Amino acid sequence: METQTAVASKATTNKAVHISGAEAVIKCLLEEGVDLIYGYPGGAIMPIYDELYKYQDKLQHVLTRHEQGATHSAQGFARVTGKVGVAMATSGPGATNLITGIADAQIDSTPMVCITGQVWKHLLGSDAFQETDIVGISTPVTKWNYQITDASEIPEVMAKAFYIARSGRPGPVLIDITKNAQVETFDFEYKKCTSVRSYKAKPTVDVNQLKAAAKLINAAKKPMIVFGQGVILGEAEAEFKALIEKAGIPSAWTILGLSALPTEHPLNVGMVGMHGNYGPNKLTNECDVLIAIGMRFDDRVTGNLDSYAKQAKVIHFEIDPAEVDKNVKTDVAVLGDVKDTLADILPMIDANSHTDWHQEFKDYDKIEFDKVIKGDLYPSKDGLTMGEVLKEINNASKGDAVIVSDVGQHQMIACRYAKFNQSKSNVTSGGLGTMGFALPAAIGAKMGVPQREVVAIIGDGGYQMTIQELGTIFQTKVPVKIVVLNNEFLGMVRQWQQLFFDKRYASTELINPDFITIAKGYHIEAKKVTKREDLAAAVEEMMASKDAYFLEVAVEKEDNVFPMIPSGASVSDVRLS
Amino acid sequence: MENERTYTISVYTENNIGLLNRLSAIFLKRHINIESMTVSKSEIDDVHRFTFVVNISEAQARKIIGQIEKQIEVIRAFYHTDDEVIYQESALFKISTEHLYDEEIQDKLKFRRANIITITEHYFVIESSGSKSEIDKLYDRLKPYGLMQFVRSGRIAITRPKMAISELLQEFN
Repeated sequence: METQTAVASKATTNKAVHISGAEAVIKCLLEEGVDLIYGYPGGAIMPIYDELYKYQDKLQHVLTRHEQGATHSAQGFARVTGKVGVAMATSGPGATNLITGIADAQIDSTPMVCITGQVWKHLLGSDAFQETDIVGISTPVTKWNYQITDASEIPEVMAKAFYIARSGRPGPVLIDITKNAQVETFDFEYKKCTSVRSYKAKPTVDVNQLKAAAKLINAAKKPMIVFGQGVILGEAEAEFKALIEKAGIPSAWTILGLSALPTEHPLNVGMVGMHGNYGPNKLTNECDVLIAIGMRFDDRVTGNLDSYAKQAKVIHFEIDPAEVDKNVKTDVAVLGDVKDTLADILPMIDANSHTDWHQEFKDYDKIEFDKVIKGDLYPSKDGLTMGEVLKEINNASKGDAVIVSDVGQHQMIACRYAKFNQSKSNVTSGGLGTMGFALPAAIGAKMGVPQREVVAIIGDGGYQMTIQELGTIFQTKVPVKIVVLNNEFLGMVRQWQQLFFDKRYASTELINPDFITIAKGYHIEAKKVTKREDLAAAVEEMMASKDAYFLEVAVEKEDNVFPMIPSGASVSDVRLS
Repeated sequence: MENERTYTISVYTENNIGLLNRLSAIFLKRHINIESMTVSKSEIDDVHRFTFVVNISEAQARKIIGQIEKQIEVIRAFYHTDDEVIYQESALFKISTEHLYDEEIQDKLKFRRANIITITEHYFVIESSGSKSEIDKLYDRLKPYGLMQFVRSGRIAITRPKMAISELLQEFN
């Protein structure tokens, strides 16, 4: 880098050792506390893989079956542990295959470092074999990226990469390393990065903003909280719970905020957004103070912005200044890490219980139960519903499992009905909506928290986008539980076609292979359920298995997910059918 | 769309390869056309300055600044209206020497405070600095003589309000 001052280093200095760039990369990973990485080798990254071979007792490398799987596994690992996930790939197609996972990590603020090999420095720009401009390609979807062309840059850049990935609002960082930089030798010294001159990880907390927010909250008659992943990323679950309990404020979550507050907490009023719960969506347009905590007013949360909470004063607790007033105009913005701001505001908040207001949520819950939930969880029709599968998983997990979902109808059902007792338990692709996310993400999640049960819930469409990762499961023997809810459709698209395109089912019907045979081909125990009477026992058997297990459930083909806010409609126009 | 107007966006940055790509991607993602762009060193050692000119609404300008400042190597970004900046563009005109002693040309050059910076046997080169409209006017007046080449720089601008970058850098550390 041209600005050596960019990294102010205050931490330990190790004595220099003369090693190759490739070995330096491994040492950097170890210095950062990494003991598990996901990746796929190839020509331009072979020197680093050669070092991995030597360090395999200290650093486990999981060979995924596709580089996209490596990123999603790293994401799953990061989401359940709060640590930085690491994925590695070669140049060219190896690097480009990482892009979907990187984009997913960027929009869902997941800390991840991706390391790619690159052609020799003297070949850059020559259209060499497997050369691609991955720094250029990844720029719009990374928090930071950098190309190393000289081995001596490795320690400083790697330290900076981990610091940037994990600090502030986390995100993905890509480091591209030319092959010459991997084979050159140099005097290696590692210093952890603790600041970067032009980057402020957390905004300074302004006590005046806290006071203004406290004043609004204390005066509110109908306050409502919408919380997002910021609570989880900031590890502010306890501070958050203390605040809502003291102030007695009904609290709803975005899908990325799910599990920050236990499902059964009395102030948990459910999910907001397109397929969220009836009460929190309706009452968003009736509350007098809307308190957004660590969330970014995604369009799937707000519906039509012109009719979103217009009656309410809006308070936004947020670490990223660029999110303030981006979509929803706030009256008070409380900038800072929510772990700090929620703790700081607590003494300023009056104890309260908004019983009558809370009752309004419960009244809507009753309506939603009768019109939607009852039919989802206790169906009277013959066909199996996705909801009853979730109900059985809840019965077996008692709310202690990590639930990893893919994208589509099953994802909305999983987020609506899965029960959680602890945080960092819901792993799903929220912002990008990446089909194929769940299977590899579940691998990373299980490796991140091996003591916990990890259940992947996937549709028959998304499952086939990364189905090859069954090979990774087989090879590593990682005991993930895989549930495919098979409706032989791309269900969410089909639902939209039914509701908004006069049932013209263009390319949404799937003729599927025998998933059981495929799972068995990978030596994974597998079972298919088609009848209600077999469901509970099958789920129990899966959960009891010590090994990986595949359960396919044939569900009703044309069920829809409700409630639903049609695209472009207001949150208060949420439909129950 | 809210009222669009011309904004000068000044960005103080570290000097790193790829930052231009990162900044231009922010405009691209929002389908905003960059009218002009200049990069140079700034008043502070090791700190570079990008100057973008864009036609957008103030709400867009505020959001763009937020996204630009979010980039790791950006120290600070500002947006200003034309009233808040003193700005110039520079232009070069290459014209055949047969017109050199044309009185009309001489008058036009005086009127625009333009200078002849090179004269050769075959051509001469005129330099002029000013606002976009001033340069446009000179362009229109010189065009009848047959412009062999014409080039105009992006806007460079000094702001009337203070941009306290040195203090900010202290705060970062």
